[in-house]
Amino acid sequence: MKTVFLTVGTTSFDELIESVTRSEAAQALKARGYERLVLQVGRGSLLPAADSCPHIQLEAFRFKDSIAEDIRQADLVISHAGAGSCLEALGAGKPLLVVVNDKLMDNHQLELARQLHADSHLLYCTCSTLTETLSTMDLSVLQPFQPGQTKSFANFLDKALGLK
Amino acid sequence: MSLLLGGLLALCLTGLLLLLRVYAVVRTGTKRRPGAGGAVSVLVVAGSGGHTTEILRLVDSLSAAYTPRHYVLADSDRMSQEKIWSLERSRQQAASSAQVHIHRIPRSREVLQSWTSSVLSTVHALRFSLPLVFRLRPDMVLCNGPGTCVPVCVAGLLLGVLGLKKVLIVYVESVCRVQTLSLTGKILYPVSDYFFVQWSSLRDRYPGSIFLGRIV
Repeated sequence: MKTVFLTVGTTSFDELIESVTRSEAAQALKARGYERLVLQVGRGSLLPAADSCPHIQLEAFRFKDSIAEDIRQADLVISHAGAGSCLEALGAGKPLLVVVNDKLMDNHQLELARQLHADSHLLYCTCSTLTETLSTMDLSVLQPFQPGQTKSFANFLDKALGLK
Repeated sequence: MSLLLGGLLALCLTGLLLLLRVYAVVRTGTKRRPGAGGAVSVLVVAGSGGHTTEILRLVDSLSAAYTPRHYVLADSDRMSQEKIWSLERSRQQAASSAQVHIHRIPRSREVLQSWTSSVLSTVHALRFSLPLVFRLRPDMVLCNGPGTCVPVCVAGLLLGVLGLKKVLIVYVESVCRVQTLSLTGKILYPVSDYFFVQWSSLRDRYPGSIFLGRIV
């Protein structure tokens, strides 16, 4: 079953939860073949019930020790702009749509999401453009995200410190 | 009056000499080759959450020559200790756990803590960092941004200033930082011997930094 996993990390982002469970958004997901939507809602005040969205099978929870398994099972990840969430989804090789909270003041967390978008590693929208993005997005433009080269760090340090 | 003036002058001179000494210690850093003896003792500053994940990936890339490995973490951090042991257990070379040690110091800055109380708790953390770093005398400190880095690096710098041991400060700015350095990064940029950034925009802004692409 094609699954979408949505995560807001440790923040609250009610507007996103509301937008994605709206009938138009859910229909857009269904039109793309997604049948299941799993929401991690964090500290938000909305925790939608399983039957609150007629178009798609819905599950919602607040927090888990690890969302690695939810990401692994997902065919698409929708996330807030938090660096940790973005890196976790991309590290797992999943297509990622970042929804920016334009109600929040600009913060450094956005830096990374913007850069990763500029490098075509993720798609980027706001709550008001979510439905449109879900209908028109082209996941094939996304570039794979290579893991960081820890080896080049180790080699540099070995040489600098005289181990090589 | 003249006594006061003399005292003030002496204070200024001492301050200037200290600055010159710090400058000299920092400048000689990249000429040091502690690895020539075959082993480099490391003090790793673990943070919380993303910081710990990043720093442990870096530690994992280092060879067995980086021994012994000491970890220091904030005493309110419960998650990191488990992550450290799980990494060290998985390392093939980590046969002897005698080479791995975990130390705790008070946290110098909680997330969202105010500036003034940050300064106070950093001073408090310094009281614990100084004895620890003076006792361990590591060849290098490896850190990537949690507030605990600052007192530990200051202690390492002091060892060098006193001529007891040059402790290399290796700082890796988090991959999350694309345009601006973190507060810890800004503080430690001038005193780090090897300061890594992971985006070219930061390298352009901080010419003394090292850019090897994304390394975490």
